[in-house]
Order: sequence, then C-alpha cells, then structure tokens
Amino acid sequence: MNWTAIRAIYAFEMARFFRTITQSLVSPVLSTSLYFVVFGTAIGSRIESVEGVSYGAFIVPGLIMLSVMTQATSNASFGIYFPKFIGTIYELLSAPVNFLEITLGYVGAAATKALFIGVIIFVTAFFFVDIQVQHPVAMVAFLLMTCVSFALLGFIIGIWAGNFEQLQLIPLLIITPLVFLGGSFYSVTMLPPVWQTITMFNPVVYLISGFRWAFFGTADVPVALSLAAIAFFMVACMTAIWWIFRTGWRIRQ
Amino acid sequence: MPAIVSVKKLRKAYDTGFVALKGIDLDIEEGEILALLGPNGAGKTTLISTICGITVPTSGSVTVGGHDTIRDYRAARSLIGLVPQEINLEPFEKVENSVAFSRGLFGKPKDPAKVAEILKLLSLDDKAGSKIKELSGGMKRRVLIAKALAHEPRVLFLDEPTAGVDVELRKDMWNVVADLKSHGVTIILTTHYIEEAEAIADRVGIISKGEILRVQDKTEMMNQMGRKELRVDLTQPVDAIPDALSDYKLALSPDGRAVTYTYDTRADRTGIRRMLNDLDAAGLQMADLATQQSSLEEIFTSLVKEQQT
Repeated sequence: MNWTAIRAIYAFEMARFFRTITQSLVSPVLSTSLYFVVFGTAIGSRIESVEGVSYGAFIVPGLIMLSVMTQATSNASFGIYFPKFIGTIYELLSAPVNFLEITLGYVGAAATKALFIGVIIFVTAFFFVDIQVQHPVAMVAFLLMTCVSFALLGFIIGIWAGNFEQLQLIPLLIITPLVFLGGSFYSVTMLPPVWQTITMFNPVVYLISGFRWAFFGTADVPVALSLAAIAFFMVACMTAIWWIFRTGWRIRQ
Repeated sequence: MPAIVSVKKLRKAYDTGFVALKGIDLDIEEGEILALLGPNGAGKTTLISTICGITVPTSGSVTVGGHDTIRDYRAARSLIGLVPQEINLEPFEKVENSVAFSRGLFGKPKDPAKVAEILKLLSLDDKAGSKIKELSGGMKRRVLIAKALAHEPRVLFLDEPTAGVDVELRKDMWNVVADLKSHGVTIILTTHYIEEAEAIADRVGIISKGEILRVQDKTEMMNQMGRKELRVDLTQPVDAIPDALSDYKLALSPDGRAVTYTYDTRADRTGIRRMLNDLDAAGLQMADLATQQSSLEEIFTSLVKEQQT
C-alpha cells in the first residue's frame, strides 16, 4: 500500500477545499438556516409534532442528510473529473498507485468535506431548535457511512462524466429528488398507504430513517434494514469502481 | 551497458482498428539522450504513454530498470518521470505544492529541501510560491519538468518538450536537458523538429507509422546515411552543362555560375577527383569549392519515403 500517495492525494484535495473555505461553508450554513426559517418556523408552527418530536427538530437529521449526500457526491465527482478535464490525470495514471489508493485519496477527501459540512449544519441547528441525540455512536456511524457511500457514488459519476453538464445531471435529476422524497421533511407514516409502499423502493428512505432513529429513537424502517441498505450501497459502489479501474473504462485507453 | 528501458515487440491496436504501434523493439541505454523523431501521428506519444502506463499495450512487453511495467508496475513507474506534451497543470495551485504533490504521489516522503533543489535546477526558485496560472508558458513547461523530476526518477520522458515554444525558450530547454543528463538522468524525448534531435540527442530513433525505422548514434547516422554536396563556383557562367559531364548528374545554378555535385560518403569512391578532372577537361574553370553535409531532415525524409514505397 502506497500510503504516501494516498496522503498526497488527500492533502491536495483538502487544500482545494480550504482555499475556498468561505464558499464551502457559508452556502450550506445559509441554506440550512433558510430551511429552518421556512420549514421549521413558518410551517412548523402549524404542525405540532411528528412522532412526539417538534417539527423543527424532526427535520434536522433529514437536513443534515440532504447536505451530506449532495456535498459528498458533488465533491467527489468534481475531484476526479477536474484532473480529467484539465489533463492532470496523466500523473495519476503514470504513478505507482493502484485503484484502491486513488479511490481512498479522492473519496476520503470528499467524505471528509461532506462530514465537515454535516457537522456545521448540526451545530447551526442548535441555534434554532432543541435536539437530543439518543444514540450518538449510531449517529456518527450513519453519518460516516453516508459520507463515504455518496462520495463513492460521486467518484463513479466523475469518471463517467464527459462534460460539466453530465457532472451535474445525476445529482440534479436523481439524488436531489430521491432525498426530498426520502422522508427528509416528513415521516413515511404520514403518507397514504400506496405511497408508503412506493417509497420503500427509494434507497434514501433507509438512510434517513436510520439516521433519524439515532437522534430520536423512532424509525420508519427497522434499523438493521437501514444498516444493511447502506452497507449494500457501499459495496455496490466499490465493486463498480474496482471494475472501472480493472478495465480502464473512460480513463485508460 | 544493460538497457535501462527495454521495449519488446510492443503493439497497440485501438478498438477502432487503428494500429498505433506495430511491434516496436527498442533498447534505451542508461545515461543517454535518445530522440524519437517522427512526423505527427507516427506513434511517438503512444509509445511513451504505453511505457509510462497511461495506455495499455495490446501485446509485447516493456521493462524499466529490469521491472516489467505491468506485472511490477510500482517498481517500474517509480523510476520514470513523464513530461506530457500538453501543459496540464492545476491553475490555482502553487508551484511548490504542485511539485510536492507529485513527489508524494510517487510514494516519496516529504522533502521540502529536495523540492527546492529541483525548482532551483529549473530556475523556478523565485516562483515557488506563485500560482501556476500566473506563470508564462515557458515557466509552466518548467513546472511540468519539475513535477516529473520530483520523485528523482532515473528515466525522464519528454513528449515534444519544445512544441510551440519560441526559439529562445527552445534553446533554454535544451540547456535544461543537457543539465539533467549531467546529473545522470536518462532522457527520451520525442520531437518532430529535426534540429532538436540534431542539437541534443546522443542517439536518434526514427519512427513512422508505428514502426521504428532506424535507431542509431546521431553522428554515425549522419555519416553513414549522409549525402554530401560539393559546390563548384565557376569563373565564367555557362548556359548548360556540357554533355561530357552528364554522368555526374550535376545541378546548374540558375545564374549558371555554379554546379553542385552530390555524392555518397558511404561509397568506396566519391568520384570527386574524376569529376573535377572532367570539369577541367570540359573547359570549365573553377573559382571556389565548398562541401556541405546533408541534414538529419533529409535523412529522415528519405527513410520515410523508402518506407512508403
């Protein structure tokens, strides 16, 4: 294992994040605050509570998940797409590194950035609502796994993308709708029965439900199922990346 | 001396059916400067990319320092530095960070002193803290070289290092290459500028349409293949070359004041003395003589033409 190379890629990517630290952090904090004002205060004042939790607090896990998933995906996809776009990928391909090392460097950095933003939102939420965390270890575990899985997904998108439009396409058309419809702002039990069934095909439901359970101890689906879902997602992404590097798909001729 | 890079029967066919390399055999000796000379599309970049691991060969093998570039890619690639043809750099990164990143990527521990030394070698020491986008084109090319040297490779590949670079910068680049050679680095450069190969290479490999036509010591190649020209200035202009001299295939200058005789230095007899005697006998008096060695360019053109016929 070429740990020096992993560290070099990781540090290089993190440096990019810190160069634009204001943009990187201000925009998620601002948008989260807006969500709290609009959903938590304006709409939330008319909804007493969901599953015994005040609506403002209820949406916190969903909001964190929303940001973490989109940030992990976009950071990882951009991280590997940019070298392809400007041509510096030659260096990665000619370096004594294997696919695992390249992936660890890029995905690790993207996951760290997403984690940063998740924590910032968590802290911001404290200023708006009372939150309690019943299962802190599970909360951290879910957060970490979500950061890593979606960074893996973003990495695949970055390798696949042939231009900047394609880079935005999947996050915009697939991830955002899935997250919004995945129970970020409501409990699945609030839906009519037919929609409850359909919702179960949305993988994001399992992630948000598990994460919310860590906060409030209530979940839409069994926690074990949530864990299994995220583990499956992570393994699927890893397999795809392994295949990409083995065949050289879209990167090595 | 054993070859530091050994290419055996290397073939690369693309999915489109295009064959970029048609079974290349090439040995590169440690410490030499080898120029791969060929027209655009000859396969120079493909050959370099395949040795460096960017392109996967269809068949054949490459060893660098005795390590197979596929089976033992870590050891092989650690020995190689690659300077690509295009200026591919992160515009917002600082020069020293970019070079330090390359060093780390190749698994070498952090060493700011070493990075500073490499920047100094390339006269980039005063640009260490500058962002890459602030540099001129020539400076960016130096940064690419610095990045390639960051892990202290033994073999450096320069893909068209002076393409689109003005004359002054080109000479400057040649000095950098000569300097690197004196530090013991083996250098392989591709070029389609004949004068570049002529100016800095120890050996020249001529590549065309995915095949290496010839690899030879530069001077030897020019001696062996070189045709020389003898120009004879006449005291009196003539309208035409006398029939008695037709065997020599002389070329008459437009003003009729000089004839040019082309001869082969490889031949047993150059025929110069006989030609001059016959010239005298035909009543042409010479005012002056000059000989000129044909350039690599002509050698190159004749070789490529030979391949095409």
